[in-house]
Amino acid sequence: MKLDLLTSLYVFMLAAFIGFEVIRRVSPLLHTPLMSLTNALDAIAVVGAILLAGLHHEHGALLAKVLGTIAIVAATSNIVGGFLITDRMLRMFKTSGRRKP
Amino acid sequence: MSTVPPSDQLIEVAYLIATALFILSLKWLGSPATARRGVFAGEIGMLVAVLATLLHHGIVEYKWILIALVLGSIIGVPLGEVAMTAVPQRTALSHAFGALCVTLVGTAEFYLRAPAVPPFMMAVLSMEVILGSLTFTGSLMAAGKLQEILPQRPITYKGQNIVNLGLLGVAIVVAGVLVAHPEKMMLFPVIVGIPLVFGVMMIVPIGGADMPTVISLLNSYAGLSAAAMGFVLDSKLLIIAGALDGASGFILSVNMSKAMNRSFSNVLFGAFGQEQAGAAAGAQETRSVHSATPEEAAAILSAANKVVIVPGYGMAVAQAQHKVRELYDALTKRGIDVKFGIHPVAGRMPGHMNVLLAEADIPYDKLLDMDEINGEFAQADVALVIGANDVTNPAARHDHASPIYGMPILDVDKARTVMVIKRSMAAGFAGIDNPLYYLDRTLMLFGDAKSFVGSIVRELPGGNHE
Repeated sequence: MKLDLLTSLYVFMLAAFIGFEVIRRVSPLLHTPLMSLTNALDAIAVVGAILLAGLHHEHGALLAKVLGTIAIVAATSNIVGGFLITDRMLRMFKTSGRRKP
Repeated sequence: MSTVPPSDQLIEVAYLIATALFILSLKWLGSPATARRGVFAGEIGMLVAVLATLLHHGIVEYKWILIALVLGSIIGVPLGEVAMTAVPQRTALSHAFGALCVTLVGTAEFYLRAPAVPPFMMAVLSMEVILGSLTFTGSLMAAGKLQEILPQRPITYKGQNIVNLGLLGVAIVVAGVLVAHPEKMMLFPVIVGIPLVFGVMMIVPIGGADMPTVISLLNSYAGLSAAAMGFVLDSKLLIIAGALDGASGFILSVNMSKAMNRSFSNVLFGAFGQEQAGAAAGAQETRSVHSATPEEAAAILSAANKVVIVPGYGMAVAQAQHKVRELYDALTKRGIDVKFGIHPVAGRMPGHMNVLLAEADIPYDKLLDMDEINGEFAQADVALVIGANDVTNPAARHDHASPIYGMPILDVDKARTVMVIKRSMAAGFAGIDNPLYYLDRTLMLFGDAKSFVGSIVRELPGGNHE
């Protein structure tokens, strides 16, 4: 348990460093799509919600099911909406070379 | 770990693949050429992770999961179809949804585990629900202000900061008590309820001009709360996704506050709009401005070699971006070099102005950010400012008394001729007087941005006269 915890902290720290390095390189041009994409990726929390709603619980089963289900709805709308709008925005970005005369 | 069934090991492998795809997704988003591939990688990663989770051997009932997935998708589609001007409020709303998910899962996890919650677990669980619930209501408030359902003006009262910090303090103290005594289950609603109230109170004093910073900050909180949820559920995938989102929000918040020359604490506790009112009111207007007609503006523009257009949010409000594109086309066709100078806070969220101009079909290689364009104003024959004010105010460079002193600005006053399209001489968002307008080289073009730019296009010599 203690060891798992430490591993988790390492993972968090490394991911934060990777995040800073990768995101620092994103052009300011794309900061709005960046935010909508990270938002969609963040909705991976849906996996926690799915297990909460679906797994068997000894007690508090109803609470888990109700809160889990609402949580799945909220996260899924972020996944679908987030990816859709990010792609819609990125499709609009064209270079002057590729533009029809 | 030896008791883990093979299917669960498969799930862990799927999560590992999803994690790699998420990191690649953000890496590819780095440049416009590979960005769409980045979205695709993210989608595949998400699909892999969700499908793998659905295969979990312990899931006893699928009915509600599937109903929720379908319902979420039905809600998600219109949220992916909003107008580009509405993207900031959509983003705020999605921060609220993300935070709602995290808070609900955290709440359920507490009641499933209590009273036997180890101290570290209780600490991260508290962080998850405190950050989650304040982000939930805070983001709803921000979305309401951006959608103009709620008043955009900052609402302040005496002792506001003390009340707000006090609220947050109480929540943190109660969380501390729970860490020591997780069996005091009746205290748990306090660490959900108080941050819900705090979220509202936090956004009440924040004005419209500070929204880019606030959205970024809420983005960061949403990411951190998801990472905390990852600790609670022991999910590396979630920890990493949350850390990436948190890092992204943090970087953007730092960018935005630098662009406005403000500190975080100043944005959250300063109530910008309010402070300025007094400073600007004292200035008496005796100086005169030069104004020009669309014909005169068109004549100067058509004689130029290099033009830099500086759009502000006023341009988007006037829905002038398509007329601006027509102007861009007409000038480019004459062989004039036209570029756009974009201030980081030109829109209502980071990068917003680029999206609005890209939507109007202006090529992205002509959209330059502040650092790239500032060196070019000295060579520009015309700087055309459309609906921007404070971000062009030269007082920020040298006037120590100016409330925006020190804020990085676009150096439009270095261009040979400056043209400013503006409705009237009224002060800008922050209520600050702009000395740019009284320079000899500045021509004020009074009128609505959309119709004025349209008139310039029509008046260009040899242009498409009606």
